[in-house]
Amino acid sequence: MSKILFKKQLSNDVYMMRLQAPLIAEERAAGQFIILQINEDYGERIPLTIADADTKEGSITIIFQVVGKTTLELSGKNVGDEIPALVGPLGKPTHIENFGTVVCVGGGIGVAPLYPIAQALKNAGNHVITIIGARNKELIILEEEMKEIADEFILCTDDGSYGRKALVTVPLKEICERSPKPNMVIAIGPPIMMKFCSETTRPYEVFTQVSLNTIMVDGTGMCGGCRVNVGKEIKFVCVDGPEFDGHKVDFDNMMSRLNSYKELEREAHSCFLEQVIKNKEALQ
Amino acid sequence: MSHLTAEQLSEEAKKLIADYVSRIDDMKAKERMKIPAQEMPAQDPEVRSHNLDEVAIGYTMEQARIEAMRCIQCVKKSCVEDCPVRIDIPRFINHIAHEEYQNAADVIKEASLLPAICGRVCPQETQCQSNCAVGKALKDVDKSVAIGRLERFVADWERATGKIAIPEIKPDTGKKVAVVGSGPAGLVVAADCRREGHQVTIFEAFHKLGGVLRYGIPEFRLPNDIIDKEIEVLKAMGVEFQTNFVVGRTRKLTDLMDKDGYHAVFVGTGAGLPMFMGIEGESLVGVFSANEYLTRANLMRAFEKGKADTPIYPSKRVAVLGGGNVAMDSARMAKRLGAEKVYVVYRRTEVEMPARKEEVAHAKEEGIEFLFLQNAKKIIGNEKGKVKEMECVRYELGEPDASGRRRPVLIPNSEFILEVDTVIVAIGNSSNPLISQTTPQINVNKWGNIIVDETQKTSVDKIFAGGDIVLGAATVILAMGEGRRAAAAINKMLAEEIEKGKAVMN
Repeated sequence: MSKILFKKQLSNDVYMMRLQAPLIAEERAAGQFIILQINEDYGERIPLTIADADTKEGSITIIFQVVGKTTLELSGKNVGDEIPALVGPLGKPTHIENFGTVVCVGGGIGVAPLYPIAQALKNAGNHVITIIGARNKELIILEEEMKEIADEFILCTDDGSYGRKALVTVPLKEICERSPKPNMVIAIGPPIMMKFCSETTRPYEVFTQVSLNTIMVDGTGMCGGCRVNVGKEIKFVCVDGPEFDGHKVDFDNMMSRLNSYKELEREAHSCFLEQVIKNKEALQ
Repeated sequence: MSHLTAEQLSEEAKKLIADYVSRIDDMKAKERMKIPAQEMPAQDPEVRSHNLDEVAIGYTMEQARIEAMRCIQCVKKSCVEDCPVRIDIPRFINHIAHEEYQNAADVIKEASLLPAICGRVCPQETQCQSNCAVGKALKDVDKSVAIGRLERFVADWERATGKIAIPEIKPDTGKKVAVVGSGPAGLVVAADCRREGHQVTIFEAFHKLGGVLRYGIPEFRLPNDIIDKEIEVLKAMGVEFQTNFVVGRTRKLTDLMDKDGYHAVFVGTGAGLPMFMGIEGESLVGVFSANEYLTRANLMRAFEKGKADTPIYPSKRVAVLGGGNVAMDSARMAKRLGAEKVYVVYRRTEVEMPARKEEVAHAKEEGIEFLFLQNAKKIIGNEKGKVKEMECVRYELGEPDASGRRRPVLIPNSEFILEVDTVIVAIGNSSNPLISQTTPQINVNKWGNIIVDETQKTSVDKIFAGGDIVLGAATVILAMGEGRRAAAAINKMLAEEIEKGKAVMN
């Protein structure tokens, strides 16, 4: 059981929540995630990254986008409501040290997991360049927070409604061309964005770390549903990751696996929406 | 195989019982051996392959008593020797024959707190029933006294009375034991340590208790409410449960002792990451580990379409790779989830299959097709990256290998295509890496399994381990046996500590 302490809508379908979870708050480190369930009997287990934690309050912050039935239901919960199952922190923490200059690239909701990592890198003495991007202004999150820790801050939108009109790969390429080139890139966002960030940095041989969010069931190294091909090996995101060398990840396969249940999920989502509408009508 | 209905079996037993009861204590061994072995009543195969209800229905009282009278109460008692938890089998069986079911339950409880589970999932044919004098005399292990079915009968009888006896708990010792994982090993440790008067907390990573009993073994072999009932006994004994708690991540293993005051820890974290074949196409959409497939269906209840939020892949033609119990469970579950064709693809022959005979027989009755001496070579996808077929090769049996089983030898140019949309890989697990990743002080072998001594103690003081995390993939009862041994060692260690404490006080 975990109580919702705070809730804020960040954009049309992106929400931030602070959840009571003293043990997780104490143990978590940048790069780790939690799994939660809205219903312990029939609910699905969804992995969400930990955006922040407050050990004094004993809480963690999650930021999520409504993409399916469970996230839609979660977005309907309010302060004081309980999340019946919350487990974590899962995954290996990000390896933090002073690498020199690190470019942190966040796309859309991916800025949420990127924030604690950028923060930790900054605290370790790195020169942190952040690039955050989204389709449009409405979808930009954590702008102020990221700006505050960045030595250089670049914001872009696909449609030019805010900041620079460009994909994040454009400024990333420019930075790779600088001399000296950056020591490392961390890219977190939609799979397609991580794929192209990795392709962008490949010719410059800049190590590029990505954080993967694959389909998971247990999240503790048992089911193998989260497997990805990294180089010639099968890796498990829940216990070997979630972070991997972007130059070695088979993104195309990962993306096709992410779509395994697309049709079923779409169906479930629309059934649920219909139910919500029916319930509302019944109340009126 | 012809299917006799439960009614037919029950009628038959009713006809016979009076005669046997009249001679119950006078029958010679020879006469007892002539008593017909009682078949387990089961749901009709066609019906059950579309539902999740338990396949085996359980003996009627008459059947149980008749089967119990088949036991000749031999002096050798090899059944007890071959039981990993040493249940006094002849004694409980004799009570059944005499209609003393509560006494029978009490005898079993002396050694095992989980009879309803063991009676269902133990491989009795390779344990207690393997050297049964009756089976030996009749030269057929299948004619051994059906100890497992009788154990299940007693457990179900007791549960039906609604008052399961709670074992006696010794006075509080002030010692705390942490058990990591609520699977079969952990449950036994919890029960045995609690009986000694120690405080016990079980930490479970999942939101539901039972470990592999819940996520792995399907409802049709082991119903969830049986697990719930057995766990209720532990709760009534005062064992505490913490779900959604991953030891190693939510709390470090050593912190349980250093910060939370536990005096001993038992690690029973179970099976780990699934193994794959290492063939082309295993990353395609539609290829699953048995662990994932079964977890979705069992723990996440994907079988209940419309209710469960966790989706399961809509399969029409399924190939299951492997020949163990997990392969049988996966194949039979796929059938129940609506697959039209389900194949079990196994490199050797039926004789070498590690799955229990009964499970194989049940699978066949349900229409699962077995492709022996065949194996997957590569999995082929369509333009969307989904499985569309599997290339297989054929084998023949050659000379025996190190395990004594005849080695399958590849037949050259024997490739053929099997049209399937789903492949379930059930060839075993490696170890769970969580404890070794987060507690590097614990020694593990090259496969990542925790190394223990003969008392189940690990390389770290006060930390014990057992079950699949030590054995690799084994059975429920072997895990329970390890749990029993670990609990004995923990109880001994804590008793010595208490004695030492007293000596200092004096």
